[in-house]
Amino acid sequence: MDDLGRRLLDEFQRGFPLTLRPYADVAARLGVDEDTVLDALRALKDMGALTRVGAVFRPGSVGVSTLAALAVPEEHLEQVAALVSAHPEVNHNYQRDHRFNVWFVATATDRESLKAVIEDIEAETGLDVLCLPMLESFCLDLGFGLQWS
Amino acid sequence: MVVTWRDRRLIEALADGLPLAARPYAELGRMAGMDEDEVIERIQAMIAKGIITRFGVIVRHHELGYRANAMVVWDIPDDDVARVGEAMADFPFVTLCYRRVRRPPLWPYNLFCMIHGRERETVLEQVEQVARGCGLENARRDILFSLRRFKQRGAIYRRDWPALELAAGTGG
Repeated sequence: MDDLGRRLLDEFQRGFPLTLRPYADVAARLGVDEDTVLDALRALKDMGALTRVGAVFRPGSVGVSTLAALAVPEEHLEQVAALVSAHPEVNHNYQRDHRFNVWFVATATDRESLKAVIEDIEAETGLDVLCLPMLESFCLDLGFGLQWS
Repeated sequence: MVVTWRDRRLIEALADGLPLAARPYAELGRMAGMDEDEVIERIQAMIAKGIITRFGVIVRHHELGYRANAMVVWDIPDDDVARVGEAMADFPFVTLCYRRVRRPPLWPYNLFCMIHGRERETVLEQVEQVARGCGLENARRDILFSLRRFKQRGAIYRRDWPALELAAGTGG
């Protein structure tokens, strides 16, 4: 990772310019040109370090979501994970080292749609989904201070 | 806090992120059926209203060497969970902290926090720091490290869009 890549990831987690040429404004702050910034962001995306330039929403402010978990027998893990990920309403899906080993977040416009997604996943996998909706948030996602050492 | 129907179209267009092109807001506008100025104004308004909590680069911790990603879950008495949640959120290495529904007997835990670190040992030590700092030495807890990421993207909300608008929006 070069210095430009690090600065892009570090200094632009919040307050990304809302201007007609935002990448040119980022470039000006970093003392390079617009194409250099765009190329660097594409490279960060290709290497997987950058998910996207985008918005993080306050939980519960747009649509309805839930964290959910499945206890999947090891031999069916790949298959079940693929079934879960295939739903467009599922935006995160992770394997964790626990009896409940598949953890995902599902988001929909309203309660009924969310319930339908969970029921589809239960029908497809033959497993009960443990739904753990959020009741209260104690910190906002304000970005992540990276340490490069 | 109202998210309008036009906001939702924009949020959907944003799910895969700001296009990496010279005029990204114009491109988002093409996807959402609005002009560049409206896109910018709507994003500004959602930031001002606190609907968008941050707008910028979203990193993948794992690819940057933060391979120890722990979800730490705690069983805290309901009448104490607000105090504990706020204290936990003050630790700089705690990135998210939520109270969630518990599902006994399968799932007794009601407080969740996330810690991303480079080393598993460091993260385990940070969990101990949180436990000591919040007076939770004796609380029931579990630590779930992530082993693999199957999927990570922005949420989309389009299931309920009228078909006509969907066709006019992203083109699929």
